Amino acid sequence: MAESESLSRDEVAHVAKLALLDLTDEEIDLFTVQLSGVIDTAREMNALDLDGVQPTHHPLGLVNVMRADELRPSIDRDEVLAQAPAVEDDRFKVPPALGEA
Amino acid sequence: MYYTVDRGPEVHEPSIPDAWELVVGLEVHVELSTKTKLFCGCANHFGSEPNTNVCPTCLGLPGALPVINAAAVTSAMRLGRALNCEVKPSVMARKNYFYPDMPKDFQTSQYDQPTNENGWLDTPAGVRINIERAHIEEDTGKSTHVGGDGRISSAQYSLIDYNRAGVPLLEIVSCPDIRTAEEAKAYVAELRGIVLALDVSDAKMEEGSMRVDANVSVRPRGSDELRTRCEVKNINSLSSLGRAIAYEAKRHISLYDTGDRPIQETRHWDEEAGRTRSGRSKENEEDYRYFPEPDLTPLVPSVEELEAIDASLPELPGAQRSALAEAAGISAPDAGLIVERGHSQFALDTIAAGADGARVVVHINNNLAGGLGELTPELFAGLVQMETAGDLTSTQTKTVLAQMVESGGTAADIAAAKGFEAMDTSELDGMVDDLISSHPDEWTRFCEGDEGDAKKMAGFFTGQIMKATKGQADGKVIAQILNSRRS
Repeated sequence: MAESESLSRDEVAHVAKLALLDLTDEEIDLFTVQLSGVIDTAREMNALDLDGVQPTHHPLGLVNVMRADELRPSIDRDEVLAQAPAVEDDRFKVPPALGEA
Repeated sequence: MYYTVDRGPEVHEPSIPDAWELVVGLEVHVELSTKTKLFCGCANHFGSEPNTNVCPTCLGLPGALPVINAAAVTSAMRLGRALNCEVKPSVMARKNYFYPDMPKDFQTSQYDQPTNENGWLDTPAGVRINIERAHIEEDTGKSTHVGGDGRISSAQYSLIDYNRAGVPLLEIVSCPDIRTAEEAKAYVAELRGIVLALDVSDAKMEEGSMRVDANVSVRPRGSDELRTRCEVKNINSLSSLGRAIAYEAKRHISLYDTGDRPIQETRHWDEEAGRTRSGRSKENEEDYRYFPEPDLTPLVPSVEELEAIDASLPELPGAQRSALAEAAGISAPDAGLIVERGHSQFALDTIAAGADGARVVVHINNNLAGGLGELTPELFAGLVQMETAGDLTSTQTKTVLAQMVESGGTAADIAAAKGFEAMDTSELDGMVDDLISSHPDEWTRFCEGDEGDAKKMAGFFTGQIMKATKGQADGKVIAQILNSRRS
């Protein structure tokens, strides 16, 4: 692994942790090289003179796409809950979470 | 409109030591009362059967696409303008984190370009609290923690209802301008009053449609530093807010006093224990990796739209207090309770119908807490006029008022039906004189005794007259006659 990667191993390990990915040391090495390549590609933009250019939020320049506040049917609860690994009292049953978000 | 504000029990909160100053900023989440959710057409309704108001969008199913609710955006801008914010072009953003009540694994919110920025709110006491921003975001689902003692940290598992996921919120973030627990309560009460005046939310703290998180720190008085803050969550009423802030401030002070220091963390208010508890702190909690939401377009309000919003804003509580204070000849803070109860227009109409403003305010504050019932401004004005003319004593006025609330009718008719007739003052004159001659000892004590004795004897004479008149005499008139005889 080259010393000059744009991302450090620690940064990649941190991002993996935020994404709840459990990576092996070998995988962290591999993704450090790959993700650094992605970052380097994006960095080529830095060579451009972008003074006065507004960020593009939408490729077509659309703004204010909204819908009226009108009720539409929801989906059937039985159908929804049938997709869940575990259900109790018509609710999704999940492992205890750490702290309140 | 009639509503009550939870002021909490009137307990005196032990203040923090003078050497320290409280520094509080509040984050208030207000659920906007639209018909549908922020990004889909599911009902925005509190109290439905669990998981019945859900669809692929608010469940975060792959491929589902959000479209923002125009009514939610308008409500957000209206509230922003009412809070004196600049309403700006905005961009929705993804706030990335994993939590089971957030099925998409990101919350759609706003980040560096919120809808509203740089506003302010004046509390009834005249303290200006600056507002940093008020941004649009979606609510999360509702978790119920099962097992253990019901606390999150010891739960065995959690049950999730996604009816609330995707409900539109406006998060109003104040600057750290709040210096006392009372000020924090006043800020939230005023904000709630504004929200209710705009009719953009029912703002019920107990149902969670208005939620308050407090960022609390302390600093040596006179300093302008900002020390480590803790974010206190799970505050369910205004009185809890005051107690949670006071508790947290004292916790920080005792840490500093022992050479220690607080760590930046989220803490939960435990209502029963009356203390805050550390949430199990998540590492890198602040690392949300916000980025612009590619599935939603920027929101760019037009000048015409903003002008229309400004023109449509109702009279807000601050303006209502000023108007009532001027009409009634009282101070603006004294008009606070009437405005809070939604009775300011009623009071103004009663005053306009010819009633004395100060009496109107006293009656509404003290004798109409249960509501106005059948009372109209005209009927009420008639009653107050009888009282100020001396045709009814204040006790009789109260009795007649209670009857008017219950059944309507004019004050004159009800007073007559109850046999409340104005005592002829000259008749009272004679009664007082007779009483003085028949009780010379008491009269001497009234005239020459010390203050306590004089007071006691005044009570004696007044009591005798009241007994003789079956309570129909005006106590104030008796006092006047007694005093005039003394000199």
